[in-house]
Amino acid sequence: MQLIELNRIDKTYHMGDFEVQVLKDITMAIGEGEMVALMGASGSGKSTLMNILGCLDRPTSGEYWLDGEEVSRLSLDQRALLRNGKIGFVFQNFNLLPRTSALDNVAMPLSYAQDNPSEREARLRAKEMLERVGLGERIDHEPSKLSGGQQQRVAIARALINRPRILFADEPTGNLDSRTSVEVLHMFQRLNQEDGVTIILVTHDPNVAHYAQRVIHIHDGQIASGIYDAQTPKEEGQA
Amino acid sequence: MRLYRTLRLALRALTRNPLRALLTTLGIVIGVGAVIAMMEIGTGSSTAIKKTIASMGANVLLILPGTAASGGVSFGMGSVNTLSPDDCTAIARECPSVRSAAPIVRARAQLVYGNRNWVPNLMDGTTPSFLNIRDLNNLSEGEPFTERDILNGNRVCLLGPTIVRELFQGESPIGKEIRVKNVSFRVVGVLPAKGANMMGMDQDDILLAPWTTIKYRVTGSTLSNANQSAASSATNTVNSLSNLYPGTASDLYPATSDVQAADNPMPVRFATVDQILASAISTEEIQNAIRQISALLHERHHIREGEPDDFNIRDMTEMTKTLTSTTTLMGNLLLCVAMISLVVGGVGIMNIMLVSVTERTREIGLRMAVGARPSDILRQFLVEAIVLCLSGGALGILLGHGGSTLVALLLHWPVQTSPAAIVTAVAVSVTLGLAFGFYPAWKASRLDPIEALRYE
Ligand SMILES: Nc1ncnc2c1ncn2[C@@H]1O[C@H](COP(=O)(O)OP(=O)(O)OP(=O)(O)O)[C@@H](O)[C@H]1O
Ligand SMILES: [Mg+2]
Repeated sequence: MQLIELNRIDKTYHMGDFEVQVLKDITMAIGEGEMVALMGASGSGKSTLMNILGCLDRPTSGEYWLDGEEVSRLSLDQRALLRNGKIGFVFQNFNLLPRTSALDNVAMPLSYAQDNPSEREARLRAKEMLERVGLGERIDHEPSKLSGGQQQRVAIARALINRPRILFADEPTGNLDSRTSVEVLHMFQRLNQEDGVTIILVTHDPNVAHYAQRVIHIHDGQIASGIYDAQTPKEEGQA
Repeated sequence: MRLYRTLRLALRALTRNPLRALLTTLGIVIGVGAVIAMMEIGTGSSTAIKKTIASMGANVLLILPGTAASGGVSFGMGSVNTLSPDDCTAIARECPSVRSAAPIVRARAQLVYGNRNWVPNLMDGTTPSFLNIRDLNNLSEGEPFTERDILNGNRVCLLGPTIVRELFQGESPIGKEIRVKNVSFRVVGVLPAKGANMMGMDQDDILLAPWTTIKYRVTGSTLSNANQSAASSATNTVNSLSNLYPGTASDLYPATSDVQAADNPMPVRFATVDQILASAISTEEIQNAIRQISALLHERHHIREGEPDDFNIRDMTEMTKTLTSTTTLMGNLLLCVAMISLVVGGVGIMNIMLVSVTERTREIGLRMAVGARPSDILRQFLVEAIVLCLSGGALGILLGHGGSTLVALLLHWPVQTSPAAIVTAVAVSVTLGLAFGFYPAWKASRLDPIEALRYE
C-alpha cells in the first residue's frame, strides 16, 4: 500500500441552487519519498485536491487512504491531530504570524503537538530548524524584517518542525523572484532526497514542475496525465 | 496546549495593542472600582454604626416591670414595680449568657452648684456594673463609686460631661459638692463623652449615683416625673438635715439618733427598682440570655405557666436592624449601578473580541492548518478575554481602593478594606470574561481553516 491512495474522489460545492463539481472521480497514488508536482490551468481544482490531500477538507465521496488509514470520514479533532503529526504546509503567501519572531513562528505548531515538548525543548528544536534552512542568524527577526525568500524559508522550517512525512506546498514560489525560487526548490529537493520527506507541490510553472520526479496534470477536475508514473522518476525531472 | 503557553499567547496579543486593551476594559475598571469602593465604604459605615450601637452598650437588654392588673383592669406598663435588686443580682449570678446586670432607679431633680443649676436628662441610681454594660469604664477623671457606697447609701456621684460643662465651666468637679434637692453629693468622677445617641438624645447629660442613695435619699418613691418646682418644694423636708453629714463620714458613727434614723432609712428587703439593665456575653447569646432571664424571673416571681408575665425584656436588635437596613439599601443601589457598568463593560469586551477574531482570521486558519483543534482555538480566545477582564479587574481594585482611601482622607468617612470585596471583584471579572468572551471564542473555533487562510 502506498503512502497516499485516492479512490474515486469527488468534490462538489453547492452554490445556492446549482452544484459545482470541482473534482471528478479522482483515483491515484503517491508513494513514500516521492516529489510530485500538481499542474493545471487556473480553476482546474489543484488547490481543492491539495486541501483534501492535506486533510484540511473532506471529499464529497470516495476514499482517501493516508498511511494505511481511511481519513476521509475523520472528525475535525482527529484531522487536526493528523495534520499536526504527519503533514506540513507551505503557502504561497507564507502566512507567518505578524509581529512574532521567526523562532516563535517556527515553534508555533509544537504547542499543539501530542508529545507536548517543554518550552526549552521547543525553542531548541525551532532554532535547529531555522539553522537548517539557513536562518540561524535571524531567529529574532519578525516577518516584516525578512525578505520574501527568507520568509518562505521560515515557513518551511515551521512546516518541518513536527518532522512530517508529507510536505504540501501550494505555489510556494508564486510570490518569489526566480533566484529565490530556485533556492527554495533546491531546499525541497534536498529535503526529499536526504530526509525522505514526501513532497507535493502545486504550480502553474513548468520550470518549477521540472524539479519534481513526477508531474500530475489536472484538467477540469480530472487527472489528465501522470497517474501511473509512480516510482518511475522521469529523467528530465531531475535538476 | 499547556495553559501557561496559552496565557503567554494571550498576554502577548493584548500587549500588542495596550491602548485598545485599556479602553476596552474601561467599563470593567469602573464597574469593579465602584464595587470595591462601595463595599469598602459600606462596610466602613456599617462598622461605624455597629460601634455607635455598641457605645450605647453592646448587647444590652432592658428588663422593665410589667403590667399590674386587678379584676380585669390593666393599669399599664410600669404601673407597679415588680423588679427587686435581688432579681438583679440573681440574673447576674445565675444566667450563664448574661455578662452583668445593674439595677436602675430613676429620678428627676435639679442640680445646684454655687449659683448655677441644671436639670439633667437622666439621673440614674445604679451599681458600678452599669459602667461595664454601657461601656463607660474609662472615666475621663476620677474613680467610679463602689459596692460599699451602695451598701452604705453614700452620697457620691459620677457626672456626664454635659453637666460638668454646665455647672463647673472648665473647673474640675472632682471632690466638689453638688446639691440635689438639698441632698449634697460629692462628685467622684466624670464619665467619658459619648455624644448623642441614635434618637438624638444627649448621652452625656447624665448623673450616676448608687441606687440606694437615689432611692432613699432623693426620691421617696420610684420614678419621679413630677413637676420640677413642685418636687423640689415638696421633698426637702425629710432629707434637709442630711447635708450636715456629707459623704462617707456618717459611716464612722454607727450610733444613730432618731432624727438620723429618719434621715437614713435602712434599705428595706422589699425594695424595688425601676429597671434592670443587663448585657449578654455576645450578640449571638442575646436570645439565650432573654430565655434564661425570663425563666429565672418566672421562678423568682412565682409565675405559673399561662399566667401573664410581670416583666418585659427589650433588646436592641430591632433598632440595629432599622439602622443597618438603610445602609444596606444604599449599598444595594450602588451595587446595581456597579452591575450595570460591569455588564456594559462585558459587552465592550465581547465587541473587541469579535473584532479581534475577525482581524486574526488568517492566524486562526493557520493555527488550525498546523494542528490546532477547535477546542484549542476556543481556549485561546477565552483565556484572552479572561486575562483582559482580570487586568481590568485588577485596575478596578486599585482604582476603587484608591478612591475609598481618598474619601477616607478627605471626607473622614469610615472606610474598611474588605478582602471579600477583592475576592468578589476577581470572581466577577473572571465570570465576565467567560460569559462575554465565550461567543467570540466559539465563533473563532468554528471557522473553516481553508476559508480562514484565504481571508483578506
Ligand atoms: N468554497 C468554494 N465554493 C464554491 N466553489 C469553490 C470553492 N472553492 C473553490 N471553488 C471552485 O472550485 C474550482 C477550483 O478551485 P481551485 O482553488 O481548486 O482552483 P486552482 O486549480 O487551485 O486554481 P488556481 O491555480 O487559480 O489556484 C474553481 O472554479 C472555484 O471557483
Ligand atoms: Mg490554487
